[in-house]
Amino acid sequence: MHFELDTSQRDFAASIDGALAAADVPSAIRAWSAGDTGPGRKVWSTLADLGVTALMVPEEFDGIGADAIDLVVAAERLGRWGVPGPVAESTAVAPILLAGDDRLSALSAGELIATVAMPPLVPRAVDADVAGLVLLAADGQVWDAEAGSRHDSVDPSRHLGDVSSTGEARTADTARAFEFGALTTAAQLIGAGQAMLDGSVEYATQRTQFGRVIGSYQAIKHALADVHVAVELARPLVYGAALSLADASPDTARDVSAAKAAASDAALLAARTSLQTHGAIGYTQEHDLSLLILRVQALHSAWGDPTWHRRRVLEALAGSAS
Amino acid sequence: MDLTFDDETEEFRAEVRDFLAANTEHFPRVSYDLAEGFEQHRHWDRVLFDAGLSVIAWPKEFGGRDATLLQWIVYEEEYFRAGAPGRASANGTSMLGPTLFAHGTEEQRNRILPKMASGEEIWAQAWSEPESGSDLASLRSTATQTDGGWMLNGQKIWSSRAPFGDKAFGLFRSDPTAQRHKGLTYFMFDLRADGVTVRPIAQLGGATGFGEIFLDDVFVPDDDVIGTVGGGWTAAMSTSSNERGMSLRSPARFLAPAERLVEAWRSERNPAFADRVADAWIKAQAYRLHTFGTVTRLAAGGELGAESSVTKVFWSDLDVALHQSALDLQGADAELVDGWTEGLLFALGGPIYAGTNEIQRNIIAERLLGLPREPK
Repeated sequence: MHFELDTSQRDFAASIDGALAAADVPSAIRAWSAGDTGPGRKVWSTLADLGVTALMVPEEFDGIGADAIDLVVAAERLGRWGVPGPVAESTAVAPILLAGDDRLSALSAGELIATVAMPPLVPRAVDADVAGLVLLAADGQVWDAEAGSRHDSVDPSRHLGDVSSTGEARTADTARAFEFGALTTAAQLIGAGQAMLDGSVEYATQRTQFGRVIGSYQAIKHALADVHVAVELARPLVYGAALSLADASPDTARDVSAAKAAASDAALLAARTSLQTHGAIGYTQEHDLSLLILRVQALHSAWGDPTWHRRRVLEALAGSAS
Repeated sequence: MDLTFDDETEEFRAEVRDFLAANTEHFPRVSYDLAEGFEQHRHWDRVLFDAGLSVIAWPKEFGGRDATLLQWIVYEEEYFRAGAPGRASANGTSMLGPTLFAHGTEEQRNRILPKMASGEEIWAQAWSEPESGSDLASLRSTATQTDGGWMLNGQKIWSSRAPFGDKAFGLFRSDPTAQRHKGLTYFMFDLRADGVTVRPIAQLGGATGFGEIFLDDVFVPDDDVIGTVGGGWTAAMSTSSNERGMSLRSPARFLAPAERLVEAWRSERNPAFADRVADAWIKAQAYRLHTFGTVTRLAAGGELGAESSVTKVFWSDLDVALHQSALDLQGADAELVDGWTEGLLFALGGPIYAGTNEIQRNIIAERLLGLPREPK
């Protein structure tokens, strides 16, 4: 029993943080929202250099063939910085749906960014209009697909596309692909929640009202303490679910759903509390906090909303309704 | 990362499970907060002690078996899954015990720990005073030096196990000129000594789980001072976050009732409660996994520290929500006294005892998040 990241996993996280800190991700998010994916693609190419896009690709396709823990380590960092684009879809879901497909090499190298729709829980593909490959998956089958109508997301950096299949169906492990989508989204939510908490603590130690920094008031302290508790207790569920996936545990569905439900709730609490801590400045597009508030609002229900995931936990525990 | 347990731990699990299955007739049936139940619990401690299962994390020489933290977690999982009750001796074994290991003398450890482990002597805590609750360092009960020892005077309150217990431990002001946490000394005293009066206090549920202790010139020999004179605060606080203490509450305490809640929900499968039932289990599982992270860090030489405030807030809120959900499932029958109502009333104390959740949130904000202290 060892339930901590090892040194190489911590180093991997630190290298991603270092690269993203230097990459001006907030500007890339704003540009992506405005339809200019150039700066965002540069961020993706930085991530490809670090191996993030290769993690889930098998070695025979020039990938790393890493396990779900490494994926979660990376996704938590990407969520922390709010990397735009189909993160879960391209780094975690597509590699499974494309098993044995030659296009995996391009995916691994970061030359190809893929997106996925998996109805009914993932009815539209995020960034279908800019992805190099659109996939439609359901019930053990996957198709190449093309983007149709575009829908605006509450997070303006996510452009949602209707998709329709264009070719022949291939068999794929869509069940496992879904778990990876939900888990990677949960990890991003934890990263975003932690980032908003950190930013709020920093703001609360600088902003002064009534002659005191607002972080010295219990009203602020206790609210931020509750966010810390929620994030700290949701994170182990995410890593626990990654272990279940890595070990192909029979409890995988239960554990991924527990992780996604808790991560969605924790991140939403972080978003709401951060907004309230910042006050009016947090309610502006100008402040970077807004980027994560809206990202969390979108990811909260992406790859299964918390209510759906809680039902699935209960089904796993209590058996299906007779 | 790896969540599989080694063979030795699994063998230990099997031993505990078999022992509990074979000894259900010894499980106390009545709460330790009633006289009858207290003696049942004393007997139960003895049964566990004789099997080497009373204080497994302690060294062998004091009745333990040098169990690892992971073995302790597994023990607790089996213990609560079997439906075995909370321990009357817990205040002693989880608060005073660790303090004696860290600050006691060899003589004190030999004299006190084996009897504590076997239930022969059951200990009450004596921290709070009528005017000193969350602000414990403002306490005013005194210790005055006398021939061969000390005279204790004052009043303690909310002392768990005091009504039926044998002995007590707590802090007293030994230097009246020193401010707050300076000038406090850690004492042990006999609840039946001359000058001690215990007044039981009926709790919310009617049982006398705690009491008031009046001390009127109670003599305590020097041998019953723990640590240094004036060093009581440090001694008490240094073990308040001890990994074997109250602060690392076993996950099984919550996972077992969460599993029972799922079972209760199964009979009607009322969708209106699905979210709450699932959430109780998810949170109990979150605490279990979080604890595995803590155990991993402690095994590598880390310390628990202020992190225990995070889990205290989490498990105490979870415990209340879990029991309320179990009651709400029952509709109008929810008010009927049963194990769930008892469990709820017990859980309601959680956000208050061992440092209120407000104090814990201050600790989280100030020591973990780095927010500034409240101006005084």
